[in-house]
Amino acid sequence: MKSRGPLLTLLLAGAFGLCVGPFYWLAMAATQDDKDVFSWPPKLLPGGHLMENLQGLQESIGLTRVLFNTVLVAGLQTIGAVVVSVLAGYAFAKFDFRGRNLFFVLLLSTLVIPDTVMLIPIFQMMMDLGLIDSYESVILPGLVTPFGIFLMRQALRSMPDELLDAARVDGAGELRVLWRIVIPVNRPIIAALALFVFLGGWNQFVWPLIALRSPEMYTLPVATATLQGLSTTNYAQVLLASAIAAIPVMALFLILQRQFISGLLAGATKE
Amino acid sequence: MSLAPPEPARTTGTVAATTNGGAGTPPGRRATPRPGRARPGRRRLLTRDSVPYLLIMPAVLGFAIFKAYPIAASFWISLTTGNGDARQFTGLANYRRLIDDPLFWTALKNTALILVVQVPLMLGLALLVALGLNSTKVWLRPLWRLGVFVPSLTGLVAAGVMFSVILNRDAGLLNWVLSFFGIDPVNWLGSPFWARVGVVLVITWHYTGYNAVMYLAGLQGIPKELYEAAMVDGAGPVRRFFSITLPQMRPILLLTVVLSTIGTLQLFDEPYVLTGGGPDNATLTVTMYLYNNGFKYFDFGYASALAYALALIVSVLGILQVRLMGERR
Repeated sequence: MKSRGPLLTLLLAGAFGLCVGPFYWLAMAATQDDKDVFSWPPKLLPGGHLMENLQGLQESIGLTRVLFNTVLVAGLQTIGAVVVSVLAGYAFAKFDFRGRNLFFVLLLSTLVIPDTVMLIPIFQMMMDLGLIDSYESVILPGLVTPFGIFLMRQALRSMPDELLDAARVDGAGELRVLWRIVIPVNRPIIAALALFVFLGGWNQFVWPLIALRSPEMYTLPVATATLQGLSTTNYAQVLLASAIAAIPVMALFLILQRQFISGLLAGATKE
Repeated sequence: MSLAPPEPARTTGTVAATTNGGAGTPPGRRATPRPGRARPGRRRLLTRDSVPYLLIMPAVLGFAIFKAYPIAASFWISLTTGNGDARQFTGLANYRRLIDDPLFWTALKNTALILVVQVPLMLGLALLVALGLNSTKVWLRPLWRLGVFVPSLTGLVAAGVMFSVILNRDAGLLNWVLSFFGIDPVNWLGSPFWARVGVVLVITWHYTGYNAVMYLAGLQGIPKELYEAAMVDGAGPVRRFFSITLPQMRPILLLTVVLSTIGTLQLFDEPYVLTGGGPDNATLTVTMYLYNNGFKYFDFGYASALAYALALIVSVLGILQVRLMGERR
């Protein structure tokens, strides 16, 4: 039995390689000259064309503007969705009110309905409001996340009522209880939720692809996809765009992995 | 749900019924302002009774506008044909068209094929990885756990673009690696069969680690005493796996099966970026076909009918899975 350790370690290292290897290759390919991306054997060491590819991306998709759009959209969506989720999650977890269960079930049942069902009416709504090709059109539909509300409800339920009541007895208003006790106590799980929402916003593709029309409004995934569709695709640039899309998220993950994993586990194991 | 000063509050009994609809109100809940108990909180707008409604207001508004209304509107649109002012109510015409549409069936078949191959493959692999990560005999566990989770952070577009080059026939990384094993270059994205395999590979790469981490959580939640008792009774590792691990993991297995099924049925981004649905429609999925009808041909009625057909399939499969896996407890 003791001999299983090294073997298992080796197998897991293999799985690790399969998962991380492509990223290593991506990072290397993004620094090559375009014609070297498709060289045989593949280039597995850094090339000297990173700055050149960055410049190329700036010219072809307006990299700085596209990055700004992506950060703005993902950031505002995160703030909004976290606020909505914390407020609603708190209400569902700690208050009794008429219609609580009905609304909660309604909310959760939409998880089963494919987002694609909603695409066309939301598109028409945005058209009628004249919001197509605006930041609002991308941000607004992402503000209500049933998953986020569910996650917050699960987390806040395990908070002892005595804690809240103690504050109320001391004369704290409800907003103050929320701000001074509920939010600080649950900061890790709220951070986890924020990370998940940000990740979703940063990577979202289908809806921005539909809602955004002009290249200067594009987010990074949309710009990358349109770049790839061109017949004269510069693959070094497309790959660099993909790497730029992946790197901040990974950095964020490495810094905050504790929250990430605990958030994932909270969603997966409670109830 | 108990509140701090419950006893005096409930002695004023009569008001509880009027403000809360009576039934279902748990004890200890303050019902309505009572004379003579003025506290600092009393003058505020946010009383204990109005607070929950104010708290859920943003969620309700957003839900009504971006979930409930679109779901209803989509159904209405699916019963109409034409665009803009020329839209006409045509009843079930779109659904009849759907049944006679060979491309819809192709898309459905492709989606089902990917589902049947990919979900068991991925979840099986994820379980193996989780079992490995759970073993205390393994060195550097946190590092491997980190690594396998990383792909699930990548956006679908970034992953799709990356793999469209990795899977390149003449110069791709994968064929290069395979050449060491004496395997001839595979035309990954160019032939109908291998294009499907390629899509399955990419999705599996993307989500296996995520599921593995979820399984790991499940494994760590199993009480150690169960294994100890089984070992005392002389159960071997295989027996322990089937008699303890799997049954204990059922809820989380169910969750991942349902989530993966829902996700795979809605598959869009990967084939869109990797193959555009080709070659010869081999990787056309239902959602991609929906997207093409809605946003390339602007046939909203037909696209909505497709959306509802898909929603129906997703719900039926989801309910079926919960029934099959959930009831045998």
